[in-house]
Amino acid sequence: MAFVNPKKKEVQVKVVYYGPGRGGKTTNLEYIYKKFDKRIKTEMVTIKTHGDRTLFFDFLPFDIGTVNGYEVKIQLYTVPGQVKYDATRRLVLRGVDGIVFVADSMEVRREKNILSIKNLQENLANYKKSIFKIPIVLQYNKMDLAEQGIPLLPVETLEKDLNSQLKTSSFEASAITGKNVVPTMKKIVSMTIATIVKDLK
Amino acid sequence: MTYTLGQEQLDSMEEILQEHLIDVGVRCVFLIDMAGNIIANKDNGKIKHDVYSLAALAAGNFGAVSAMAKIIGEGEFSLLFHKGKKENIHFNKISAEFLLITIFSNEISLGFLRLKVGEAVEKIKKILDNINTP
Repeated sequence: MAFVNPKKKEVQVKVVYYGPGRGGKTTNLEYIYKKFDKRIKTEMVTIKTHGDRTLFFDFLPFDIGTVNGYEVKIQLYTVPGQVKYDATRRLVLRGVDGIVFVADSMEVRREKNILSIKNLQENLANYKKSIFKIPIVLQYNKMDLAEQGIPLLPVETLEKDLNSQLKTSSFEASAITGKNVVPTMKKIVSMTIATIVKDLK
Repeated sequence: MTYTLGQEQLDSMEEILQEHLIDVGVRCVFLIDMAGNIIANKDNGKIKHDVYSLAALAAGNFGAVSAMAKIIGEGEFSLLFHKGKKENIHFNKISAEFLLITIFSNEISLGFLRLKVGEAVEKIKKILDNINTP
């Protein structure tokens, strides 16, 4: 639910990184925070457990410049990925404008990815939103692990499991090295803004 | 999924916040929606908080408390108050979609603040009732 403020000439947009636990959602935000530290003037907010797992959400506000004379403030959020935190995940999703689904490319996590995207669909439905209508981008994370000989899912399998119906953009990425983290973010931002501009017409 | 408010509505809401809250000694006040967006904010000019982070956390906090209310069979907790040594935060629900957050020092009593917040909420409600949020 983006909010357009004609007085301040400002648009606030909510983008949520969703996906299974330990998939790299927080790492995506940390990379963006590090990469754009000159443009991000505030601290990244994280609410995590003692074990360094996301408990509630991470939050990173990010000014991307102006579109049609309006200053666009992108608010990046992550959800806690662990299955047991479904109630908090649902809260973070409230008023979401765009989604990055961060899938874990490790072979052993195949089932977890599928369950998580189903969970996303259910939680969006809870707010009367459809996974097929909301701007969404897929990211196949941890591609760097192949170098260490860890078995990864072939991209075709990931596409078949997660993107056969969505048919949206997907990126092979490595949040830890930064590979394709920024292109993923740019893609979801441009898709989301396009939807908002269409909404306002 | 996108909504907006007119310049006039935003002006009158800011006036209400100024008159009922900032002018009586509140340090900072902001009106947010449940997604964590800031609709309007005012402060006494002496402090600079990171209002965007505060709004995101406040919406999350209020959402978490509302979910707890449902679990224990309470419809909602429409009012929350966090007490600190010097600063206090007060949350007041305006409608299903909007929340008023007030930051104030110990120089103002909670009772007086609640009275003033109540007045502001009534007026803001009338303005917000006229817009359609998704």
